[in-house]
Amino acid sequence: MIDSIRAWWRSPLRCALLVFFVLGSRGAEAQLQVDITSGVSAPIPLAIEDFATDPQASSEVIRQDLARSGRFIVGPRTTADYLVTGRASAGVGGRTTIDFELLNLLNGQRLLVERVTSPPAAWRNAAHRISDRIYQKIIGVRSAFATRIAYVSVDGQPPSQRYQVIVADADGENARVVLQSRLPLMSPTWSPDGESIAYVSFETRAAAIYIQKVRTAERRRVSGRAGVNNAPAWSPDGRKLALTLSSGSGNLDVHVLELDTGVLTRITDHPAIDTEPVWSVDGSQIYFTSDRAGGPQVYRTESIADAQPQRITFVGNYNARPRVSPDGKQLAFVTREGGAYRIALQDLGNGVVRVLSKGQQDESPAFSPDGGTLIYAARERGQRVLGTVGADGLILQRLKADRGEVREPTWGPFLP
Amino acid sequence: MRHIAAILLILGLLAACKSAPPLASDNPGELAPRADASAIAQPDDSAGTVSAGGVGNDAESTIVLPPELQGRTVIYFAFDSDSISAEDQELVAAHARFMSGKAGVRLRLEGHTDERGSPEYNIGLGERRAQAVRRALGLQGVADSRVATVSYGEERPAASGENEDAYSRNRRVELVYPGG
Repeated sequence: MIDSIRAWWRSPLRCALLVFFVLGSRGAEAQLQVDITSGVSAPIPLAIEDFATDPQASSEVIRQDLARSGRFIVGPRTTADYLVTGRASAGVGGRTTIDFELLNLLNGQRLLVERVTSPPAAWRNAAHRISDRIYQKIIGVRSAFATRIAYVSVDGQPPSQRYQVIVADADGENARVVLQSRLPLMSPTWSPDGESIAYVSFETRAAAIYIQKVRTAERRRVSGRAGVNNAPAWSPDGRKLALTLSSGSGNLDVHVLELDTGVLTRITDHPAIDTEPVWSVDGSQIYFTSDRAGGPQVYRTESIADAQPQRITFVGNYNARPRVSPDGKQLAFVTREGGAYRIALQDLGNGVVRVLSKGQQDESPAFSPDGGTLIYAARERGQRVLGTVGADGLILQRLKADRGEVREPTWGPFLP
Repeated sequence: MRHIAAILLILGLLAACKSAPPLASDNPGELAPRADASAIAQPDDSAGTVSAGGVGNDAESTIVLPPELQGRTVIYFAFDSDSISAEDQELVAAHARFMSGKAGVRLRLEGHTDERGSPEYNIGLGERRAQAVRRALGLQGVADSRVATVSYGEERPAASGENEDAYSRNRRVELVYPGG
């Protein structure tokens, strides 16, 4: 903690906020610590009073959410432009009700007067929903505080490591082990309805793709063919998985598996490595990585057999692991600059590429469901951590595990 | 003369990069440790939801190799390469001879990369290395049907560290003979 604070004071961005908290401690899972390494130049001053008669720390969760967004500086009422007040009360069936108000202190206007109810166990989620309401009202765009992430945690030293797929709230809290194995787990990815996770497990010393219900842990193997079974990606309607399989000769191609029928369609057919598929927002196309031109580049193809892929990335000699923004207008991927691997964003309209992250080994980008943030895997002082960066490039955060390493993050959908 | 010395030095450095000496842990015989019961314990699940618990076990029985192959079950690769050095071609030939005399023996080739770059793309690179060894064995008469491949990409490093020494130990194919 001391080191984090010192690092913050050394930060050139004086306006940067620092929020530091140790998250959910239930033993088996690595805990994440979150801190902001740079923020916007003019964060909005906001005050959040402790909610009256609140048995939980709802107002503190909201403070952390909004401060961590980098858009707000949370402080005393005397210097604030906006004020949040609230009161908790016990509702029907043991539910907790929170009545809250958002006040513009500059003109006295009441911007929100609302009520949120939740079962006691879901109080954090209720607080995140309040954060989302406040954020949207003041900033004018949707935020994703009340969503979840998943990632792979690895601890122990090679060659004896322990791998876990972990699901957590978007702030790293409520971390829960979905699966653990002595052999690698990879590529967790949320189903569009937020109910299931697809992942790759090597638990039988061969690769296989599984789908597991997050709530019940019920799982089934959907692909365990000889050779490579990797990089599952859900179609937007949740009925299909794009995935990478290898033929008998070990050649990787992108396929589509219909989950209800088991019907498998080969999408690419090329002796190069074709992998890392992801669907366009309307499901009609698939972006993927291929080294058919020498090094890896991103291509796009119709999501049907025998389509003609078209190259999408041209800047640099290493562009891999594409992800499409929720509005379909941007493509995030890993690009190599010199010897450094970084997260880049390409405007699919005009082709302009911006490099967003600043690390040496940044990889596995994933969009938040609102499209405002990318989460990715990074290395910092020898440790694998998660980073987030605003799609505008402004706000950088780090999520570090208290032990072990974290990687391959994925961000779940908005929940109803 | 200075030029020759310089060239020798560079060649020596290249050799050091390409074929790092196998670590003890690169030997699958030693890689198979004791089963660790605590590692597959049911995770704490006080939230009331269910977990699939632990799966997989890194302990595996492997067949006993003849003395000339013991500790010689890893082939190392240069960065972004799947070509097998002349020295390692000899090793592949020795394994092929062993397999030709043992009809029931099967082999699993585990392809690995260093940690740089995208993990899923690295699965492709690791598979390419495993297939290169499989083809080399095929040229020595080992039927493809006796050889399985699995690519772990960067997921199962032999050495940790962000340096060329660790990277060169991790760019490898391990030859594993599963026991009965």
